[in-house]
Amino acid sequence: MAPALSTEKTGTAVVPQDAPAAVRLHHVHKSFGRPGAAQPVLDDITLDVRPGEFVCLLGASGCGKSTLLNLVAGLDRPTAGTIEVPGGRPALMFQEHALFPWLTAGRNIELALRLRGVPRAERRPEAERLLDLVRLGGSYRKRVHELSGGMRQRVALARALAQDSQLLLMDEPFAALDAITRDVLHHELTRIWSETSLSVLFVTHNVREAVRLAQRVVLLSSRPGRVAREWEVDIPQPRRIEDAAVADLSVEITEELRGEIRRHGQH
Amino acid sequence: MASTDTTAKAKPDGHDLAGLEAGLDALDAVQVKRTPFTQVLLHKVLPPVSAVVLVLAVWKILVLAEVTDDYKLPDPSAVWHSLTELWVQGTLLDIVWTSVSRGLLGFAAALALGTPLGLLVARVRFVRAALGPILSGLQSLPSVAWVPAAVIWLGITDSAMYAVILLGAVPSIANGLVSGIDQVPPLYLRAGRTIGATGARGAWHILLPAALPGYLAGLKQGWAFSWRSLMAAELIASSPDLGLGLGQFLENSRTDSDMPGVLLGIFLILFVGIAIDLIVFSPLERRVLRTRGLATR
Ligand SMILES: Nc1ncnc2c1ncn2[C@@H]1O[C@H](COP(=O)(O)OP(=O)(O)O)[C@@H](O)[C@H]1O
Ligand SMILES: [Mg+2]
Repeated sequence: MAPALSTEKTGTAVVPQDAPAAVRLHHVHKSFGRPGAAQPVLDDITLDVRPGEFVCLLGASGCGKSTLLNLVAGLDRPTAGTIEVPGGRPALMFQEHALFPWLTAGRNIELALRLRGVPRAERRPEAERLLDLVRLGGSYRKRVHELSGGMRQRVALARALAQDSQLLLMDEPFAALDAITRDVLHHELTRIWSETSLSVLFVTHNVREAVRLAQRVVLLSSRPGRVAREWEVDIPQPRRIEDAAVADLSVEITEELRGEIRRHGQH
Repeated sequence: MASTDTTAKAKPDGHDLAGLEAGLDALDAVQVKRTPFTQVLLHKVLPPVSAVVLVLAVWKILVLAEVTDDYKLPDPSAVWHSLTELWVQGTLLDIVWTSVSRGLLGFAAALALGTPLGLLVARVRFVRAALGPILSGLQSLPSVAWVPAAVIWLGITDSAMYAVILLGAVPSIANGLVSGIDQVPPLYLRAGRTIGATGARGAWHILLPAALPGYLAGLKQGWAFSWRSLMAAELIASSPDLGLGLGQFLENSRTDSDMPGVLLGIFLILFVGIAIDLIVFSPLERRVLRTRGLATR
């Protein structure tokens, strides 16, 4: 029913090879399973995130978004293609907060600082500063189970920031939160992003969230995952999720995403 | 209603959100409260005390009803008398200490052996395939079965006692660590790797603390096994050359047909086992679980 997508290749923004990038994926393939019966999950992904850019990676569940982030984070290797992260090991935030329950909120952050090589005397003040940054000053001694879902994700964000990486990878970090908490965290994330020189690659299946946050939305197709289309979002920040401009672009992208999903029901 | 909507829309700035955030945090944060002392007394101390009183009462009734001969079922007061007699002689603490010090020393040795063994089994595939099934199998072998072998190898000596303790406790401790490590959520390991905890640093900062609850459960079981094995060993391989421990005391009472002494020996063994658990392992376990928000009570 839906027309074949003509944007599949042309949608990819062409970035000159020598331009600086926070991360550069070059013809990346990923399949799982034995070499003979391998299941391709990602197919020929070429994508750059510019320094300081906020990119949302959008796609249906199971299209390979987490797989892609794991590759960029270095937790897994691509089957073919190259991934360059010039700024060193990226920070990664998961849908689950992944805080260590045997440490307090502050100590979770200090562990990241310690592993980064920050001297002992500087760790405590730096952890306090990061907690202040996510508006959790005074929660240093709190245990993970004493924090609400939104507070846990803010501590997780502070821990990710403690890595002092130029690139922050986020894998549906707010998907398990209620709408109001998520809204607040969108605001905090854009605030922190605009105050720093951080590049963000943010994965979500929520179109509105993508448009609310990103400077650029990249739509992945499913099975295999390819870059289907990209949109530059030039709505000025601070945006709100209920802004008309956000809603309009969301409608357009949702149509495209539905078309992508529909193609899989046709055979 | 409509007016509040418009004011919210008109103020998309940080101040508004900070207030909202503070409200969310306050509403949603988990309240952690301590149980008051009287509650502890009522729910934790009263039930076991009532159980003990009930057992004593039933015992006393059976004695009064003369269900059996006096030398088979002595009066509770006769057992109490044996206890005070030992106390007056000054041997009570010596007997208990002989066994407890053996048990604790043996347990410490089991800890020092079982921990690296558990790490190896959990992390090295070949070692796991080779030793894993044997370790689990050994857990179901009553360690009293080792006593004859230990006596033949080492004679009726302290070394035989320690050998039996080790054979009883090392598998429990190693298995506890293995299952603790197996149950570490992979998410923690991935999160650890992204913040740079790889290799030995990953093991120290992530793997071991994450496996601690399972490890502690293994230690607790390891202690129970140590104590049981030691009592079996003392009972079977009793000799005047070895210091008088609880097991030997029990065996001596039996040869003297001293039923109050036998019952006292049983009670003391039970008491020490429970006391060490209550003083050492339970608080440790509770503390670990509570800091992680895993304590059920
Ligand atoms: N380790 C793995 N082994 C085999 N298949 C995997 C593995 N990880 C992911 N997959 C498959 O890859 C596809 C994409 O998964 P994922 O990246 O988690 O999707 P998303 O995050 O977009 O929901 C799924 O079909 C999933 O079953
Ligand atoms: Mg995913």
